[in-house]
Amino acid sequence: MTDSQQQQDLLHDEVQAGTTTGLASPSVDVTNDRQNSLWSDAWKALKRNPLFWIGAVLGLVFLVMAIVPQVFARGADPRDCDLANSRQTPSSAHWFGYDQQGCDYLANVVYGARSSLIIGVVAVLVVLLLGIVVGAIAGYFGGFTDGLLSRVADIFYGLPLILGALVLLRVGPSTDLPIISSRGPGAVAIALALFGWMTAMRLVRSQVIAVKSSDYVAAARAMGASSPRILVRHILPNAVAPVLVYATITIGVLIAAEATLSYLGVGLQRPAISWGLQIDAGQDLLRTAPHLVLFPSLILTLTVMAFIMMGDALRDALDPRQRA
Amino acid sequence: MSEAAGATAASVPSDSESALPPAPPPGAPLLEIKGLKKHFPLTQGVVFKRTVGHVRAVDGVDLTLRRGETLGLVGESGCGKSTVSKLLVALEKPTAGEILYKGRDVAKMGGRALKQYRREVQIIFQDPYASLNPRMTVGDIVAEGWSVHADIAPRKGRLQRTQELMDRVGLNPDFVNRYPHQFSGGQRQRIGIARALALQPEIIVCDEPVSALDVSVQAQVVNLLEDLQDDFGLSYLFIAHDLSVVRHISDRVAVMYLGSVVEEGTDAQVYGSPSHPYTQALLSSVPLHEPALRGQKDRILLQGDVPSPANPPSGCRFRTRCWKAQDICAVEPPALVDRGQGHPSACHFAEARTVVPVDVD
Amino acid sequence: MTTLPGSAPSVRDGGGSAPILAVEDLFVEFRTRENVVNAVNGISYTVSSGETLAILGESGSGKSVSAQAIMGILDTPPAQVPNGEIWFEGRNLLTLPAEEQRKVRGPGISMIFQDALSSLNPVYSVGFQIGEMFRAHRGLSRKEAKKHAVELMDRVRIPAAAQRVNDYPHQFSGGMRQRVMIAMAIALDPKILIADEPTTALDVTVQAQVMDLLKDLQRETGMGLVLITHDLGVVNEVADNVAVMYAGRIVERGTVDDVFTRPAHPYTEGLMNSVPNVEVKGGRLQPITGQPPNLSKIPSGCPFHPRCARRRLGAEAAPGRDCAGDRPPLRLVVPGREAACHYSEEVLGV
Repeated sequence: MTDSQQQQDLLHDEVQAGTTTGLASPSVDVTNDRQNSLWSDAWKALKRNPLFWIGAVLGLVFLVMAIVPQVFARGADPRDCDLANSRQTPSSAHWFGYDQQGCDYLANVVYGARSSLIIGVVAVLVVLLLGIVVGAIAGYFGGFTDGLLSRVADIFYGLPLILGALVLLRVGPSTDLPIISSRGPGAVAIALALFGWMTAMRLVRSQVIAVKSSDYVAAARAMGASSPRILVRHILPNAVAPVLVYATITIGVLIAAEATLSYLGVGLQRPAISWGLQIDAGQDLLRTAPHLVLFPSLILTLTVMAFIMMGDALRDALDPRQRA
Repeated sequence: MSEAAGATAASVPSDSESALPPAPPPGAPLLEIKGLKKHFPLTQGVVFKRTVGHVRAVDGVDLTLRRGETLGLVGESGCGKSTVSKLLVALEKPTAGEILYKGRDVAKMGGRALKQYRREVQIIFQDPYASLNPRMTVGDIVAEGWSVHADIAPRKGRLQRTQELMDRVGLNPDFVNRYPHQFSGGQRQRIGIARALALQPEIIVCDEPVSALDVSVQAQVVNLLEDLQDDFGLSYLFIAHDLSVVRHISDRVAVMYLGSVVEEGTDAQVYGSPSHPYTQALLSSVPLHEPALRGQKDRILLQGDVPSPANPPSGCRFRTRCWKAQDICAVEPPALVDRGQGHPSACHFAEARTVVPVDVD
Repeated sequence: MTTLPGSAPSVRDGGGSAPILAVEDLFVEFRTRENVVNAVNGISYTVSSGETLAILGESGSGKSVSAQAIMGILDTPPAQVPNGEIWFEGRNLLTLPAEEQRKVRGPGISMIFQDALSSLNPVYSVGFQIGEMFRAHRGLSRKEAKKHAVELMDRVRIPAAAQRVNDYPHQFSGGMRQRVMIAMAIALDPKILIADEPTTALDVTVQAQVMDLLKDLQRETGMGLVLITHDLGVVNEVADNVAVMYAGRIVERGTVDDVFTRPAHPYTEGLMNSVPNVEVKGGRLQPITGQPPNLSKIPSGCPFHPRCARRRLGAEAAPGRDCAGDRPPLRLVVPGREAACHYSEEVLGV
């Protein structure tokens, strides 16, 4: 067989494969002299995903709400209360009605976005940071490092999230640690993250261990790639996807945990405004004024959903096998 | 078309004093392995591990790979052939022995020389599904080596060189932005070959490169490897358990059993007149494709299983399953030397014997 | 009892070396959300007692799926058997209710798989798992079942069977685990044993031991053996007849001697040319070009035509025998040999 014929045969393979892979657009345009990367392809996939857009728009709305609540409160001040209006049901003038103190409830719910979002998002970011860094180090280096870090995680696992956060917030004000002593949303977020990072760490660690032993990592090491390069290019992209999904769900869990802490009297304290506090207060009045639980819960659910949708879309976008 | 890729053959001599010397002429030894050992510790305990024994995966291997040749390494699972490949590409550190590349010990190479070594000695893996990062495009996979060894290809024009390489290994260059899962097994193996080729290697360690492929696709990849060898003057260490493929592609063949080489020679010597009992048993087990040859060969059925490499037999490793074993075999490990068969064999009672019938015509 | 159609006259006559298993025009498809995968597309074959029929094919040829259909172990859905008959002991299994099917298959047809480790339950001893066959189907006591298990382990040549009967699967080597699987498969004296790539995961010396064992057991019991494999050498060494499968169809069938010496289908011919031999070094390999077809998009006409060196299209083709347009049926080419190619005579050179 001549060389050119061989070459043709090989190309013939390719043509065949073009049909077997069943892509909608078989020919990628390469004349524009640029090469796609995972992130640019992921962004392209995200842009096409309606789920991502719903999540992103919702998320943006709540973000703006947290930054400039005045815009959404329809001119009402959450602290301008009149007991005469106590527990009034929603009306055309006051969409969410009034709470027990007679404050405009729409304004209250809108102003609650800030601390709830700060707590949820900051706590999850800290969880992700701790989880990915500690998990990647433990999984990648293994051996003694792994043993030590895993045992540390086990110790934290022994302390229940709420109990750990409760103790920290109780003793927090008596210390002079910068954020912890303030007892604001930042303190609550850090307290929650400190006792909630272990699952993320375990997820990352197990993924890193699985990916570390794969042949493509061996190939990269064999060509002389450095450890940071292998971690960043090969291991982390393949290890963080499950953690992202976990993180988006955790945002909701953490916002709810904030409510629990408030209920136990160690979280945010009135006159702070948060959805947790509102749901908490509303519980007792569920029979007479169900809207007091309904509205903050609804908004809370929408927030959590927005993050879950974005996380789901992101996970799919980061996995080329999931793309159409 | 493959102009740029074709230029890869000649290794680029580096000006630094710590870099490796240029390649020797064809036929001269390029890589020498002497007394290579790799023992993996068996440990117990969680935080503080304690060693309770060693798995002697590779236990005294000597091999020589000459420039431009293909050395076949055959053996059954657990014989240590894959560990040899990992040692060669410096993914594992040897417990003892040395790997001499262009006369320099790899274990003693410093950062710069080791990096150069890693560029010149590449590896192709068995499983084309596991050896490519699913989250990287084919173009990124092939070009990754250039980010590590930036001197090979200037940043500008990398895409074009990637596409030339893809074309050379029989992949459509337009698929540069596709992901590995969009390719079939044979094509993915071609991507792996292109990735190795991108670094302009001297040696490619092929670790079971066709075992996971369909029969009809295996031949395509074997032919491609042969063509690339001719074009670029590559040397292959071809590791496989398929004796037929190894015979086809190899100039010389080494047979491994339980961590050491038991027989070595040209393909005609090892297959035509095997003199180690294990080689004979191995060859006699290979099913033949010709109905006319069926039943013509001596069947040597080995009894029992391969002993554990954590606790290998004393003396000759094969003696527990050998029909020739005598007292001396339990005491003295036989050296891998020529005992009058024309090629080295590690058996006290080495004796050439025809096991595989020669084709009738 | 089901009445027998005239088209399958062989199976139910009984006696002599009449076929004990007959597959007639079997189809299997997998329906997913996006597409339909046509895994098996109308295959027919028979197996007589004492016969070894090899089903040779590459991955995706439908060889394993058709065996799973016979065993009734396909996951339905997504798998469906839209058409076909499976005749065993005078009955079409596919028309029987599930419980009946199980009663017929259970003792009559058994199967061994490539991956013995995942086919054995890691939490039970192998003796218990072999004995379970006797407890479930014969109602034996635990003690009797264990006694039978030891006998069977002896029969499949597991050394020191009496001591090893209480060992767990992970304590056995790959070859020994495959023997345990074989022991379970022959426990109830099946008339048909289907071996799906039984030695693919094993080393070549172990493969030789296991194939020897299977042949010896077959000689002792007279069971029919269906050997599913992609290994030409294994087929040549152990099978009497061979059916070559491609894209869910049988493309060639005959005795191993005939098919291997003079293939009548270009695919078989291509396979023979593309594998190196251990006997000779040989020249350059002649690969089959291209990739195996996508089973949800099988090419029109002859499914092999896009990869075929001998294809004839359009004006080159004889009337009604355009390789891209007319699907070649499996037909008798010369006595004792069937092939599904319009131009088999040319391939054979007759």
